[in-house]
Amino acid sequence: MHLPNLEHQYPKLPAPLPICHGHVGAAEWSEIATAVAESGGRLVSLWGSDRRWADGSMAVCAAYATTAGLFWIDQPLSPGAPSYVDIARHFPAANRMQRAAYDLLGLVAVGNPDKRPWLRHAAWPADYFPLRQNHSGKEIHPLEADNYEFVTVEGDGVHEIPVGPVHAGIIEPGHFRFSIVGEPVLRLEERLGYKHKGIEKRFVGMSIEEGLKLAGRISGDSTCAYAWAYCMAAESVTNCQIPEPAEWLRALILERERVANHLGDLGALGNDAALGFGLAQFMRLKELWLRLNGELFGHRFMMDSLCPGGVQNALDINALDRIRTQCDLIEKEVRNLKTIYDEHAGLQDRFVTLGRVTTKRAAQLGLTGMAGRASGLNIDLRRGFGWQPYDQLKFNIASHCNGDVAARALIRFEELFESLRLIREIATRLPEGPVRCKLETTQKTTHGVGWVEGWRGEVLVALEVDADGHIRRCHCHDPSWQNWPALEHAIIGDIVPDFPLINKSFNLSYSGQDL
Amino acid sequence: MWQILKTIARVGIITEKTPEIEDSWRQEAEPIQQEILDILGRALTIRQVDAGSCNGCELEIHALNNPYYNIEGLGIKFVASPRHADMLLVTGPVSRHMQIALKRTYDATPAPKLVVAVGDCGCTGGIFGESYASCGKVANVLPVDIAIPGCPPPPIDLLRGILTAVRARKTP
Repeated sequence: MHLPNLEHQYPKLPAPLPICHGHVGAAEWSEIATAVAESGGRLVSLWGSDRRWADGSMAVCAAYATTAGLFWIDQPLSPGAPSYVDIARHFPAANRMQRAAYDLLGLVAVGNPDKRPWLRHAAWPADYFPLRQNHSGKEIHPLEADNYEFVTVEGDGVHEIPVGPVHAGIIEPGHFRFSIVGEPVLRLEERLGYKHKGIEKRFVGMSIEEGLKLAGRISGDSTCAYAWAYCMAAESVTNCQIPEPAEWLRALILERERVANHLGDLGALGNDAALGFGLAQFMRLKELWLRLNGELFGHRFMMDSLCPGGVQNALDINALDRIRTQCDLIEKEVRNLKTIYDEHAGLQDRFVTLGRVTTKRAAQLGLTGMAGRASGLNIDLRRGFGWQPYDQLKFNIASHCNGDVAARALIRFEELFESLRLIREIATRLPEGPVRCKLETTQKTTHGVGWVEGWRGEVLVALEVDADGHIRRCHCHDPSWQNWPALEHAIIGDIVPDFPLINKSFNLSYSGQDL
Repeated sequence: MWQILKTIARVGIITEKTPEIEDSWRQEAEPIQQEILDILGRALTIRQVDAGSCNGCELEIHALNNPYYNIEGLGIKFVASPRHADMLLVTGPVSRHMQIALKRTYDATPAPKLVVAVGDCGCTGGIFGESYASCGKVANVLPVDIAIPGCPPPPIDLLRGILTAVRARKTP
């Protein structure tokens, strides 16, 4: 595969989507970042890896998405003083990822003036890098003083509202620092990392099978997206082609996860705009949806329904029938609720123009997934890469240009209807046959990638496995990394009391970002 | 407005809409509801604290508020401040970055206070365990009255656990 405007060619990894992996030098590292940025490509993720066990080096890794597919680029670094050239100048979302790569591995991004820690708060000292192989990850350090330097806004009447990490609701923890004059927000600065629980270190030494459970618990609402990405990476590592029915069932599971989350969010959006009726109705539908999950998959969120090599269980004719019937019921109910939402003046008054991210700003920030599609970025991995079974299914990609809360609500309605249609079609056309196969052992060091369009956006898993079949590195990337910074922009000029609604319209993951 | 009223009227009391699922849940829910009312005779207020979960437990805690479980109808309410709470419902594992915030939340809750640890991770540290970044189970940081297992525990188990905590404290 070729990168746009560049000669370099990299070998493809076995994967259902076009994904390649290559090693580059320092000069190429910068050249590629520039070329990808100029050709309209995206940075999917940036992370580090300690490869001293394999070749004596450390490595900084980047995954870029172009129209040709995904490029996983590694730059080997000297373990004594590992440093690489900053790419946040091209991709603003890289800022936090680079800071995280420093906190976990001590990789220095040269040229990035922002040297504040990101994932490291007070739990470990600045000279301890938990992902380095000479640390077990079990070292417990005394809590240190936590003096994070927020950017201050100065001027007449400017004051700050600190919020969190414990929020006033059933929400994940994080800190928001609002600088305001009166009610309008001049600036919002996020601080995340409160949920960091050492997931990536936890993966090290696990077998491929053991890692599945952990991958499914990176972000509970996206457990199926992560499980699929992880399985895809594991199958890439072992060069395993899973049976066709398994691919179809995975898509059915992923779409069911999308519907469950959209139902919940649409209810919560109504509630945050003072329409409690919406919450009650959508939560009722979501409960029905989860109960059927529980009956058919043995788990309300379908956790651990996928496995490397396929899926855990097949669905019989009766189950497929019930799935189709439920889709009909949910669609009818949601169409009614959509009319109510559309015609509710109070609701639309809150939704329209609120929390706006323009298409231009969205492209600059690399906004991804559903929120990106609400801001005019028409990107969806399910389309365009010939990925089974999506390449055999007809569906529309929802897209809007307004980039406000209303657009993000509308996108959810439209995606929900498309997913219901997809689920019905999959249930009807599901091929017969075995739903899982055995993974072959590798006997050599290998790399694999999984790349899946979850309900929130693209989930990436990059896996490195040694000759004994143990995980040496498993990097998991949540789309929230890209979208959290966009939230800081979305609130500017709106008022503090509207923040919960704007925040909900993105509904980003804290645990997926904090790892 | 007409559409809203019509929908409310049409949906009605939803326990009658899906009897084959409802019955089994309702049998469990009704005695619990009665016991909570008997024991408390008033509102129980809960402050939920996510101390590092994967967010799966929060999804099920949210479900307690849906019309099927209708936890507010049982006199149990989630509140926005620990200062208004009788009980802390804590999901874990407790990340080390949340350790201080969790302790402060506990200190801000008026005594007598109940602590319910939620989920396999809250009970034992779960798959995340203890490490440079994780304190493990909630009991490693706070005194815990009841630990509800499950990954995540379904809403009916959450209800049962909340009641058990209240009862445990009543009969020392």
